[in-house]
Amino acid sequence: MHPFIYHRPANVNDAVTLAAKGPDHKLLAGGQSLVQAMKLRLSSPSDVIDLGSIKDLSGIKASGSEVTIGAMTRHAEVEKSPEVRKAIPALAALAGQIGDRQVRAMGTLGGALANNDPAADYPAAVLGLGATIVTNKRRIPADEFFKGLFETALAQGELITSVVFPVPKRAAYTKFKNQASRFAIVGVFVAESSSGVRVAVTGAGPCVFRQKDMEKALAAKFSPESVAGVKQAASGLNSDLHAGAEYRAHLVTVMAKRAVENALK
Amino acid sequence: MNAPLIGARIPRKEDYRFLTGAGRYTDDVTLPHQTHAVFVRSPHAHAKIKSINSSRAKSAPGVLAVYTGDDIAAAKLGGLPCGWLITDVNGQPMKEPPYPVLAQGKVRFSGERVAVVVAETLDQAHDAAELVEVNYEVLPAVVDAVKALAKGAPALHEVAPDNTCYVWALGDKSAVDAAFAKAAHVTKLEFVNNRLIPNAIEPRAANGSYSRADDSYTLYVASQNPHVERLLMTAFVMGLPEHKVRVVAGDVGGGFGSKIYLYAEDVVVTWASKQLNRPVKWTADRSESYLSDAHGRDHTTTAELALDKDGKFLAMRVKTAANVGAYLSTFASCVPTILYATLLAGQYTTPVIHCEVTAVFTNTSPVDAYRGAGRPEATYVVERLVETAARELKIDAAEIRRRNFIRSFPYQTPVALLYDTGNYDATLDAATKMADVAGFAARKAEAAKRGKLRGLGYACYIEACGIAPSAVAGSLGARAGLFEAGEIRVHPTGSVTVFTGSHSHGQGHETSFAQVVADRLGLPIDSVDIVHGDTSKILFGMGTYGSRSIAVGGTAIVKALDKIVAKGKKIAAHLLEAAEADIEYDRGVFTVKGTDKKKMFGEVSFAAYVPHNYPHDKLEPGLNENAFYDPTNFTFPAGSYVCEVEVDPETGVVRIERWIAVDDFGKIINPMIVDGQVHGGLAQGIGQALTENCHYDASGQLVTGSFMDYSIPRATDVPMFEVDTRETPCTHNPLGVKGCGEAGAIGAPAALMNAITDAIGAKDLPMPATPQTVWRAIQNEKAA
Repeated sequence: MHPFIYHRPANVNDAVTLAAKGPDHKLLAGGQSLVQAMKLRLSSPSDVIDLGSIKDLSGIKASGSEVTIGAMTRHAEVEKSPEVRKAIPALAALAGQIGDRQVRAMGTLGGALANNDPAADYPAAVLGLGATIVTNKRRIPADEFFKGLFETALAQGELITSVVFPVPKRAAYTKFKNQASRFAIVGVFVAESSSGVRVAVTGAGPCVFRQKDMEKALAAKFSPESVAGVKQAASGLNSDLHAGAEYRAHLVTVMAKRAVENALK
Repeated sequence: MNAPLIGARIPRKEDYRFLTGAGRYTDDVTLPHQTHAVFVRSPHAHAKIKSINSSRAKSAPGVLAVYTGDDIAAAKLGGLPCGWLITDVNGQPMKEPPYPVLAQGKVRFSGERVAVVVAETLDQAHDAAELVEVNYEVLPAVVDAVKALAKGAPALHEVAPDNTCYVWALGDKSAVDAAFAKAAHVTKLEFVNNRLIPNAIEPRAANGSYSRADDSYTLYVASQNPHVERLLMTAFVMGLPEHKVRVVAGDVGGGFGSKIYLYAEDVVVTWASKQLNRPVKWTADRSESYLSDAHGRDHTTTAELALDKDGKFLAMRVKTAANVGAYLSTFASCVPTILYATLLAGQYTTPVIHCEVTAVFTNTSPVDAYRGAGRPEATYVVERLVETAARELKIDAAEIRRRNFIRSFPYQTPVALLYDTGNYDATLDAATKMADVAGFAARKAEAAKRGKLRGLGYACYIEACGIAPSAVAGSLGARAGLFEAGEIRVHPTGSVTVFTGSHSHGQGHETSFAQVVADRLGLPIDSVDIVHGDTSKILFGMGTYGSRSIAVGGTAIVKALDKIVAKGKKIAAHLLEAAEADIEYDRGVFTVKGTDKKKMFGEVSFAAYVPHNYPHDKLEPGLNENAFYDPTNFTFPAGSYVCEVEVDPETGVVRIERWIAVDDFGKIINPMIVDGQVHGGLAQGIGQALTENCHYDASGQLVTGSFMDYSIPRATDVPMFEVDTRETPCTHNPLGVKGCGEAGAIGAPAALMNAITDAIGAKDLPMPATPQTVWRAIQNEKAA
């Protein structure tokens, strides 16, 4: 690891001011991606701004129709939260499938979204539930947030403060894990709410995406059979040592079907 | 007298210190004035080194020295030696290109050591290593053994322009060809035995120091055989006398073969410690281990089995290209030959066998012995062929094995080995019963109702442990002996320290060896301590690999115990005023035959060290004996594994439903430790078959460079193992023991692949059977 200057601001304004000083000033949330990259000397920020002391960024609030989760809330907190388990059990279950115990103890919702790893789990829930990403500047609908491979709508100096998840009628997330890393080779989040059905797919492509053909089929009838025959095109999907595009495309259908089954349980 | 200790499930003495963080591993050793080394490694698989500029690195903060291949050449250090000379089919010695400890003008695999930076702190060494500028001219690379043999492939070494290290063969080719010509049926398979990366929990580490006072060196190193390390390093590389070098391999966190070898880093830190007159420590990080530890397996094989119409095996023909990597690691040459082709008879009476092996240099990390070493590859050949033949001939897979089992011992195989004993029916019968093979059809039907494919597979493996005797090994090319040494030091008040040349790095010797000694001497186990892993304490040792420790090292201890008892009888005879011939000994008690007159072991040892009443005219005082033991033969553990899997055809995911392992390890000292060895071996074998695969891309970059991409099995990937044993004691060592360390890894891959191919109805499937691989095979079967 190269030397760097460590900051631990107490509020969002100070954090944003520090972060705005240059591209070598990096925000540190749970550190599950940034610190690894720094250890491997692949990333060498001049300044690291640790968000861990900003109390406002952490915590879970549930109202009847929404669950609001602070950006610095750890995966393990979401996994174990009685409020989340009651309102959106699929979201708690998803958090419980991220990485391993150590990762879940440190990793955060905001960090995962800002990083937007193509194989991360949270983007599927955020897009699948049609959540709203709240930053220090604005509210960004999920549909406008995920822009591409490790790319988001966040501007320089913009910091996620919380995410507002609407409570669905039913939802489920089914993940096909990479044997080695346990990241999603394909993860499908299915949600049915008063505003319709959403199907979000992570792992399969360069960025999380909605599977609109499946959404249509499920809107007509929310049952596993509705998606079992809906094929995902392989073109544009990821292909690597572990899974080719064709296999990933196939898994999108299988995982979607199983997610619907689970949502109906 | 105490209860018998041999055969007792005694908790491991060493676990207290391991589990409470009191172990002392190489990296825990920090010496006064310690310095730290970081190696600069080649990012290219094949390149000329045009120049190295280390001036910036040398002037970086805290840097004490930067050494390159030029410094090593100037110091006239030799290259790393290979410990086994293979003679090829034309009677020529194998090609042995130099394996420099730091690259000399050329690099041949990604991760090869190009320079070393030594600094006051590890961070300073890392920072400075980034400042070493190496100017490379990148050359085309080849990573696949078969491609490396093709005309026009990039050549790695001048001495081997066709990348061939040797072509070696075993068996009667014309007899085999004749048998094939007449056979009613031939089963043929072509497959790759996938390359594996060892994953000991402790990475390799070395800490070299030099004493100006007496011109001596001490090397702390994570090694499985410190004496061999010292022998190779002093005699072949550094030109030092052995008495000036002490090698200490204290607590070592696993090896699986990868820490048998003499590595360049060990030599460099030892040499550098004298240049700087300060100790130099290096500890690999995981990525470095992946790049530079010796890998395992990597065979490309065509295998054929000839059978008569009743399923009787007539002949076997095997042709293998073995990838040895860029250089010959310490025992690389004997693994795909002596430890592979000789095992191809398996448990069967196949009368003639021929095997031809081409060892091939490629731009990859060197390949050497990894848990099983040649024997998993052989078992995979035999057991996949046998199971496939059974399916093709529509003979039950257990039945075809029974029709061909060896039942008369000793048995001379057509591939050099002489099996002393075994009972293959006993293990297979027990395994099929435990597995409820009779109920499999019903379970398969039930699974089908749930949309799942259920399959069952066997593997009946044989293993040869404790390579021996030295004279035979020497005639086959071994450049070292294959004996073991042991010493029993009885202290005046009767407690005992045992010094063994075997090395424990997870095997539990401190417990099982102590059981052997305490049992014989009638002592509580806590009165016996086992010392290993230090050349200054142990008289000599060949170390631990090839499941040899109990059979060879344990026997050396027994031979030393025999001498202790013999001397003890003389002392007891004197104390009891009886004739020596009348003294009987049983577990700590010397008795005058036919009387109740007796002396306890502690009384005898006390008399030996406080010799007031002692036969000084006949005996020296003291009670301390050592023995060297060179076995007369290998030992031959064998067993039967039955594996039942369920495959999800939608995803290709394989779930192991049941695993039955019935092994014959001869006499067992500590069944709990043996269970653990079997469990660990099975998990590694399952890893090879299901998850693990070392992958280099065509340019020679290691793609599976970390746990993110290289998948070792997790707890959820393995079932609850159901293990049992049957016992035919080894006939040629006094304990009747055979060894158990590698069995699981040897038998498991074939059993699992037999089960998966059974489930999905495919003839063959490449390892590892990842979900994608299985899913694609299912699609292919559907299309066919």
